[in-house]
Amino acid sequence: MSKDLGELFLHRIRDAKKRRELSWWEKIYLREVARGLWLTSWHFWRNLFLHIAHRVGLFRDIPASVTIQYPDQSRETSPRLRTRHRLTQREDGSPRCVACMLCETVCPARCIYITPKEHPDPNIEKMPASFDIDLGKCVYCGYCVEVCPEDAIRMDTQIHTIAAYSREEMLLHLPELLNPGSTTRQGNSPLPAP
Amino acid sequence: MVTELLIKLALTAFFILGLVLNFAGLLTWVERKQSAIMQDRVGANRAIFQIHGWWARPINFVIRKIAGLGLLHPLADALKMMAKEDFIPAQGQRLLHTLAPFVSVFFALVTFAAIPFGDTLNVGGRAINLQIAKMDIGLLYILAMASLGIYGVFLAGVSSGNNYAYLGGVRAAAQMLAYEIAMGVSLLGILIWYGTLELQQMVRLQGGTWFGWIPRWGVFVQPVGFIIFLTAAIAETKRVPFDLPEGESEIIGYFVEYSGMKFGMFFLTDFVETVLVACLATTLFFGGWQVPYLYADGWHLPWGAAARLPHLAVVGLQLASFTFKVAGFLWLQMLIRWTLPRFRFDQLVRLGWKGLFPVSLANIVVTAIVVVALK
Ligand code: SF4
Ligand code: SF4
Repeated sequence: MSKDLGELFLHRIRDAKKRRELSWWEKIYLREVARGLWLTSWHFWRNLFLHIAHRVGLFRDIPASVTIQYPDQSRETSPRLRTRHRLTQREDGSPRCVACMLCETVCPARCIYITPKEHPDPNIEKMPASFDIDLGKCVYCGYCVEVCPEDAIRMDTQIHTIAAYSREEMLLHLPELLNPGSTTRQGNSPLPAP
Repeated sequence: MVTELLIKLALTAFFILGLVLNFAGLLTWVERKQSAIMQDRVGANRAIFQIHGWWARPINFVIRKIAGLGLLHPLADALKMMAKEDFIPAQGQRLLHTLAPFVSVFFALVTFAAIPFGDTLNVGGRAINLQIAKMDIGLLYILAMASLGIYGVFLAGVSSGNNYAYLGGVRAAAQMLAYEIAMGVSLLGILIWYGTLELQQMVRLQGGTWFGWIPRWGVFVQPVGFIIFLTAAIAETKRVPFDLPEGESEIIGYFVEYSGMKFGMFFLTDFVETVLVACLATTLFFGGWQVPYLYADGWHLPWGAAARLPHLAVVGLQLASFTFKVAGFLWLQMLIRWTLPRFRFDQLVRLGWKGLFPVSLANIVVTAIVVVALK
């Protein structure tokens, strides 16, 4: 039985590798060329017409190309997408993070650096004195989010234009993490106008 | 004598600088944009510069509009080519390496001398033949010059001191052999039919109509010859699907050791040759500057309507017609270039020797029999 099955698969593989015989029309290639040219020229005239129509304000809802003109337009991203980190806040604006160091421990890239300190409220044990994430090392695995017991860290800012001129600028510190985009230094310097 | 010379110079300037080189330069833009539009993309549109100062606002506005169409990219290309280092490999042969691109572009450009781009223009009691050089052997001249262009390519391959470049040159030579012959033979049919090698004469013979409404264009008597000619001529331009001599991204071509403006000249040669093929196809098979139903004194439409036109308007229409046909063929070649995949080398040689060559021979025989039968 198993041998038969093996034979069967071998035949399948051999058959799959065999090329289909070309018909005479395909061999002289002219008809196929004409078909190809027809297809591409159809695209050409359709898109050209749409481009011109867009210039004069017609058919704006039918796109003439699939291109997203990136720095000018950006793509809709899914809310599930893991984007730049942020730290959630309590009502009074202090970080929810209790400096349990779980995320620092789990981080496979070892790019989270936390210094804990005493929290003034006796019901809460600790809070971070500093909380840095080095985006230059982060692999966007999302483990830090998974592991956090306090829902204190999330990756839902939808910021993915992360580029900087130096390694220091790739380091996000606490104020930036609490209010994403509030400090321009942290690896999210606004794009130069095109 | 001096006036004659000046007129020739003006014609050369008009045709070569005004038409051919403009087309060739614009082709870099057309290549980018047409391929983009065919593939549902937008295409290059980011090259831009702005002039500082409040007075430059209207200029900047115009520049922005032009740049939005991507028309500043050819300019950026040219600047880049001129600014780049001109590198000659240590293993290469200095003289030949420098000579090769010039040979290549020279033979591509001189070919245009024989191509008529308009009928006789009568101004100030002078009849000017709108053709740079009237040659009784025009067609032979064109074929000869076009095939001499291979020397540039081959020299580039041989003198670079690089085996990849050498192989590219060899491929180019093999390809030329396979296609040059088919191209020459395919044109014999049209030669038999019109009985002249002089291109202006050939275009004149394509005026008028059969049965009152089919223009007497070469393509209607030589459809097979036309297809063979177009195939072989595209092979001659060394562009996809016949770009085996170049194949920049995969198989590395003869100009791998070239940089800067010398590379630019090879690049330009390709585009000039593309224009040449368009001009030749127009001249030989699509009536050159002839406009259907337009005669020296004005329109004579098939259903009997007629309108008189002044001489200058007729010449203008003919020039426009020539330009329009050439542009159409350029479009077609771009379409082919961005549609068909590259041939494998054995397929290419087989197509040349076992496909096009015999068919073009058969074409001659049939044409000859028909011509004799009609006489
Ligand atoms: S996403 Fe992964 S790599 Fe990045 S900080 Fe969180 S745990 Fe570390
Ligand atoms: S796992 Fe959460 S609570 Fe613990 S240190 Fe990280 S962010 Fe703070």
